Amino acid sequence: MLLKGQGLVKTMRFKDPKYVGDPINAVRIFNEKEVDELILLDIQATVDQKSPQKRHILEIASECFMPLCYGGGIRSLDDIRIILGLGVEKVAINTYAVENPSFVRNAAHEFGSQSIVVAIDAKEHSSGKYEVFTHSGRVPAKLDPVEHAKTMEEMGCGEIFLNSIDRDGTRQGYDIALISQVSHAVSVPVIACGGAGKLSDFGDAVELGGASAVAAGSMFVLHGKHRAVLITYPSLQELKEVLQ
Amino acid sequence: MIVVVDYGMGNLGSIMNMLKKVEAKALLSSDIAEIEKAEKLILPGVGSFDAGMKNLSTLGLTPILNKKVIEDKTPILGICLGMQLLTKRSEEGNLPGLGWIDAETVRFKFDDVQGMKNKIPHMGWNTVELVKASKLFNDMYPEPRFYFVHSYHVRCNREEDILAKTFYGYYFTSAIIRDNIAGVQFHPEKSHKFGMKLLGNFARFA
Repeated sequence: MLLKGQGLVKTMRFKDPKYVGDPINAVRIFNEKEVDELILLDIQATVDQKSPQKRHILEIASECFMPLCYGGGIRSLDDIRIILGLGVEKVAINTYAVENPSFVRNAAHEFGSQSIVVAIDAKEHSSGKYEVFTHSGRVPAKLDPVEHAKTMEEMGCGEIFLNSIDRDGTRQGYDIALISQVSHAVSVPVIACGGAGKLSDFGDAVELGGASAVAAGSMFVLHGKHRAVLITYPSLQELKEVLQ
Repeated sequence: MIVVVDYGMGNLGSIMNMLKKVEAKALLSSDIAEIEKAEKLILPGVGSFDAGMKNLSTLGLTPILNKKVIEDKTPILGICLGMQLLTKRSEEGNLPGLGWIDAETVRFKFDDVQGMKNKIPHMGWNTVELVKASKLFNDMYPEPRFYFVHSYHVRCNREEDILAKTFYGYYFTSAIIRDNIAGVQFHPEKSHKFGMKLLGNFARFA
């Protein structure tokens, strides 16, 4: 779930945010649908140089009957301490992990690796090489996602949330090459994100890409080529069929 | 009225909300008078054993809890750290636990487990297998799974106190029950429909 201000949005290749609804309502619906885990990312916080919206996060966390990971604008151990205290199970660090990798080490040491997720957004260049971007996909970091993932693993992060900027919102399938490169370079679990459009994409990300977990956004929230808003989620049976 | 004991350990928003959702009358409190009037109690908790026992002591809650649970036989449900506090002691700390269940809390140890790549803490969804019947699991969905986050687990000295087990490297006790005292290692408030069923049962049947 992408948070921009007070509302949830969906993007296309990290651009053109489209309002899809109120986060509290969305969480209530995902509760009903028995989602395994929710990831809430504030895509505006770092860009606007704002710190996490604590009251809002508390409201959302209180409604969440499944584990929640929050990311967006985290730059200090206090930020993490407060957020974990709001009933959030894990935090995701993106831009600041690139700017100050040892912050991840400090955070993992203080709160435990299991609470620290590093989010990596990557874009493919025409040369076929990938590059990490920060600030919600706006600033090229001159960093290879595989190298960055390895560094983050060394720093002690618990999981890597890997997002393809090019596939984001397209529902055309995950970037298996990207996922594969990163998954095979690290031992920490990699959560694949960006491009899921159908159930079989989940199976591909795991079997072909080596991902430990799969995440989706638009697939659960938008439908059809006109991107109408409708929240859905597959049944446990459907998930078992593609992921077992 | 269920009183969810607030002793400063962990955010309780999800528990209160889930209780509301299952239409259980519940109050979050650290007030001795309110706890005295409770029909049932929930002892939640996220954090370390000693911090938990210290907070209960500092808030002066230990005597009233002892009275309610041991003398008045008020039904109580310990959740996560709350379940561990029901035991006599923990490897995690130095302070004694409430000692209402003949058990101790130990750290996960995988030295003897072959090929164990599992890490500590145990964090994620896992299946809970009942070893005896209990109203807490009345009408529970098949293959119940719940969300766990913990590095320590309870080891019962009396087999009859074990309610459920879960596999993580080896089988450990994931739920306990003895008369009016119950404990679950997992987080019902983070286990959507499974948690709602359990908390609903606690509210209705305990």
